[in-house]
Amino acid sequence: MTPFLRLEDLIKRFDGTVAVDRLSLALERGEMLALLGPSGSGKTTTLRLLAGFESPDEGRVLVDGEDVTRVPPVARRFGMVFQHYALFPHLDVGENVAFGLESLGVRGSELERRVAAALALVDLAGYQHRRIEQLSGGQQQRVALARALAPEPRVLLLDEPLSNLDPSLRERTRRELRELIRRLGITTVLVTHEQDEAFDLGDRVAVLRHGRLEQVGTPDELYAEPANLFVGGFVGRSSVLPVMVLGPAADGTGFRVAVEGVEWEVDGRPTPTGPAEMLVRPESLRLAPPGPGVLPVTVMARRFTGPTALYTVATAAGVAVEVAGPAQAASVGDRTGVVPSRRAGGGIHLFPTRTR
Amino acid sequence: MPAAAALLLLLAWLVVYPLVLVLLEGVHGPGGWTLEHVRGFLARPTEWRALWASLWISVASVVLSAAIGIPLAVLFARYELPGSRVLGGLVALPAVLPPLVGVIAFLFLYGETGFVSLLLMRLLRLREPPWRLEGAGAILLVHAYSMYVYFYLFVRAGLASIDGAQLEAAASLGAGRWRTIRRVVLPHLSPALGGAALLTFMTSLASFSAPYIFGGGFRVMTTQIVFTRLNGDNELAMVETVSLTLLALAALLLLRGTDARGVAGGRKGVAPAPVAVRRPAVRFLLAGLAWLLVAVLLLPHLTLVLVSFVPLGTWTTEPLPPAYTLGNYLTLVRDPVRARPLVNSLWLATVATLSAVAIGLAGAVLTRRRRAPLGRLIQGLLALPWAVPGTVFAIALATAFSVHAPWAGRFILVGTLWILPLAYLVRNLPITSRAILSGVRALDPALDEAAGSLGAGRWRTLRRVTIPLLRPALLAGASLAFVTAFGDFVTSIMLYTYDTRPVSLEILSSLRQADVGVAAAYGVVLMVVSAAVFTLGASERVRPPG
Repeated sequence: MTPFLRLEDLIKRFDGTVAVDRLSLALERGEMLALLGPSGSGKTTTLRLLAGFESPDEGRVLVDGEDVTRVPPVARRFGMVFQHYALFPHLDVGENVAFGLESLGVRGSELERRVAAALALVDLAGYQHRRIEQLSGGQQQRVALARALAPEPRVLLLDEPLSNLDPSLRERTRRELRELIRRLGITTVLVTHEQDEAFDLGDRVAVLRHGRLEQVGTPDELYAEPANLFVGGFVGRSSVLPVMVLGPAADGTGFRVAVEGVEWEVDGRPTPTGPAEMLVRPESLRLAPPGPGVLPVTVMARRFTGPTALYTVATAAGVAVEVAGPAQAASVGDRTGVVPSRRAGGGIHLFPTRTR
Repeated sequence: MPAAAALLLLLAWLVVYPLVLVLLEGVHGPGGWTLEHVRGFLARPTEWRALWASLWISVASVVLSAAIGIPLAVLFARYELPGSRVLGGLVALPAVLPPLVGVIAFLFLYGETGFVSLLLMRLLRLREPPWRLEGAGAILLVHAYSMYVYFYLFVRAGLASIDGAQLEAAASLGAGRWRTIRRVVLPHLSPALGGAALLTFMTSLASFSAPYIFGGGFRVMTTQIVFTRLNGDNELAMVETVSLTLLALAALLLLRGTDARGVAGGRKGVAPAPVAVRRPAVRFLLAGLAWLLVAVLLLPHLTLVLVSFVPLGTWTTEPLPPAYTLGNYLTLVRDPVRARPLVNSLWLATVATLSAVAIGLAGAVLTRRRRAPLGRLIQGLLALPWAVPGTVFAIALATAFSVHAPWAGRFILVGTLWILPLAYLVRNLPITSRAILSGVRALDPALDEAAGSLGAGRWRTLRRVTIPLLRPALLAGASLAFVTAFGDFVTSIMLYTYDTRPVSLEILSSLRQADVGVAAAYGVVLMVVSAAVFTLGASERVRPPG
C-alpha cells in the first residue's frame, strides 16, 4: 500500500538557519503521527509546511499521490487546530464552524445540518449561538476541532492541541481526542513537546532535533530501541554513564563494560570496543551492598512515587544516576552500591562515543 | 508581491515625489542648475532668524508643555480629589480645539479687545490694554495651552501602567521615595516622556496658525515660507521649504532614540491605587486649585460659545457683550455663501478620510508580516508625512501638481477640487495608518491562517475576519483623520480655491470683516464636530482576545 501523505526531503531555511533539514516522512491513510521534539526542533515549522503557511525551499509534500507543495492553504483542504485555537472572536460558535463549509459553497439547511453534525461530534450539540468568550478553554478547544473537521479535510493538523488546557482537563481531552480521530479514521499529524501526549496519541512518533529526523517508530520501538542517545534521553527517564566497552561477554550474549573501574556484563547491540555512552533506565539498575561488581555510590535524593522510590545517586566520579528501588531501600546520604538489575533488561543501551 | 509594489509606487508618487520636485526647483533656474537660491538663502539674516525662531520656539514649547502636563498627570493619577474623574477628563479638552479655532479663542479672550484684557483695563483703570497678544510670547502661550495635553495624556497612561508591586518591591528593598522615583518610576515613564517631547517638538515646529495670527513681525519658518511665496519669490520659498524639512528630519532622528527604548515587562500587575488626600484643608485647597485650573483651561471654549451668540457690530468696548442672538448660526445654515464652507469641509474631509483609511488598511495588511516584501519601505513612506510640516507638503503638492506632464506623473490639480483632499490625505496618512497598523499587529496572525486553512481566499478573509476585528482601529484611525482634515488651516491656506474654501479660511475672512460672531459660530461647529468624532472614534474598545 502506498502512503497517503508523504513528506519528501523537505528543507526550510529562515535567515540562514535551517529550521527543517531534509525531512522525509510517510503516513498511511488514517494513521496518526506525532512530531515530538524540544522547542526549536522544527516540529512546528514542519506542521506549517504541511498546512501551506510556509513553503519549503526544497522537497515536496504529496497527498494521495498529488503534489501539493505549491498549493496555497486555501485550496489544500488540510484542517488545522491552532495552538491558541484562533477562533474568530466576532463570530459565534456556529458561524465559526460554518466558516470552512461556506468556503466550499455549502449553504442553507445543508450548512446548518453539517454545522450541527460537527458540533455533535465534539459533544457540543446546541452550542451554535454561544459566543466564543463564553466558552471554557476545553470547549474552545473542541470548537476549534469541530471547525477544522467540518469541511471534511484530507489531513488534520494539530499544533500542541492540549497545551492550553488545565492539567486536570488534559488527560480526559486527550482520551476523547484519540477516540474521535480513530473513529473518523482521518490522517492526522500532531505536534507536541510532551512525550506522554505523543506516546498516547501517535500510532507512530517522529522525534525531531535541530530540524532533523532522529527516529520514527511506534512508542514501543522508540523506548526499547532508541536509535541514539538523544532519542533515548528524550523518551522516558534515563541516565547516561560514560563506560569503556571491553568486549563480548563470556557467554556471547552481551558485553563486558567497565564503569569507573567496575566490570559489568550488559545486553546491547554490537558495539565496538572502546569508550561509549551507556544509557540506563532507572528500572534496569538496582541498589546493592558494596562488593565486587558493584558500583559504589552515594544517595543524593530520594523521590517517593508509591510502591517504589526513585533514587538519585552519585558515583565517585560525580555522575548522577537514577535508580528505581523499594521505597525504604536507602535514605539520603547513605553510601551504597548499584548493579544492573538483570542482564536481559532491555533498558540498557550502548552508544560508541563519537570521536571528535 | 504585486499589491505591495503597487502601494509602494502610489506612496512614492504621493509622498516622496513632490518633496523631490521641491528640492529640484530650489536648485534650478531659468538657465539650468544653479546654487543661486541657496546662496541667497544663506546670505539673508532674516532666513537664519526664522529658522532659529522655529527651533527655539519648539524647544520652549516642549519645556512649557512638560512643565504643565507632567504635574497635572501626577496630580490626577496619584491623588483622589473630589471630582477628580471629571476633572481628569476635562483637562484633555484643549485637544478638541482645531489649531486655528484655539488661536481665535485666545484672540477673543486675551487679545486687545478680548474679555480678559477689557476686564483688566476696567478694573485697573488702564487706558491701554495690559499687554499685546503678539510675537513669541503669544505663540508660546497658545503652544503651551494646546500641547501640554500630549505630556498629560502620555504620562498619565504611563503612570497607570506601572505595576504597583514594583513600587512595593522597591520599598521593601529599602528604596526611599526619591530613589524609587528615580530608579523605578522615571525609567518606566521614559518612553512616554520621550514620545510626548517628540510629538510636542514636531507639532510646534510645524505650527502655523499661532505664528500666522499672532506673529506680527516675528517670523518662524512656516510663516516665512508663506510670505516669501506671497511675495512671488518662488525659488527662495523652495529653499526655505527644504531647510524646514531638514530641520524636522534632523529633530526626528535626534529625538527618536528617546522613545524607542521601551521598558520591557511590567505590563502585568495592577497600577497603584490613587492616594486619598486626608487632611481637609489640603484636600480643599488642591481641589479648588484643580477646578480653577480647569476653568482657565476651558475659558477658550466658553469664550468661543459666548462670542458665537454676539450679533454683528454690537460689541465694542464692554467687558461682556450687550446683546445675544442665534442669528449667527442661522446664517451658517441659511446663507448659501456661508453654508458652502461647511459643506466643503465636510466632503473634503470625508474623501480624505476614506482614502487614508483605505491606504492605511492596505499598508497594514500588506506589511504586517515581519519579512513582508517592501514592508519597511511602505511603513516608512506612510510615516514620513508626520515628520514633514504641513506647510512643506502644501508647497510640495502645489509644485508637483501645477504642471501638466502626465508622463512624469504630474497633473494640474492646483485650482481644482482635488488638490485639497489630496493634501489632507497625505497629511493624514501617518496617524491613520499608525492606528490601523497597531490594530492589525494586535490581531493574532493565526486568525488569518485559520481562515486560509478553512478555504477562505484573501478577500473573504479581509471581509469576514480582518475588517470586522479591526473595526475599533479603523474607527480610531478614521476619526483622527477626519478631525485633522475638518479643521485644517495650514495646507488649506495655500491650496484652496473660492469654490473649495474650507471652514478655516472662512473663519479667517469673517475675522477680517470683523464679523466675530460668525467666526466664533464656525469655530463652535468645528469644536463640536471634532469632539463628537473623537468620542465616536474612541467608543469601541478592542475586544479582549477570545
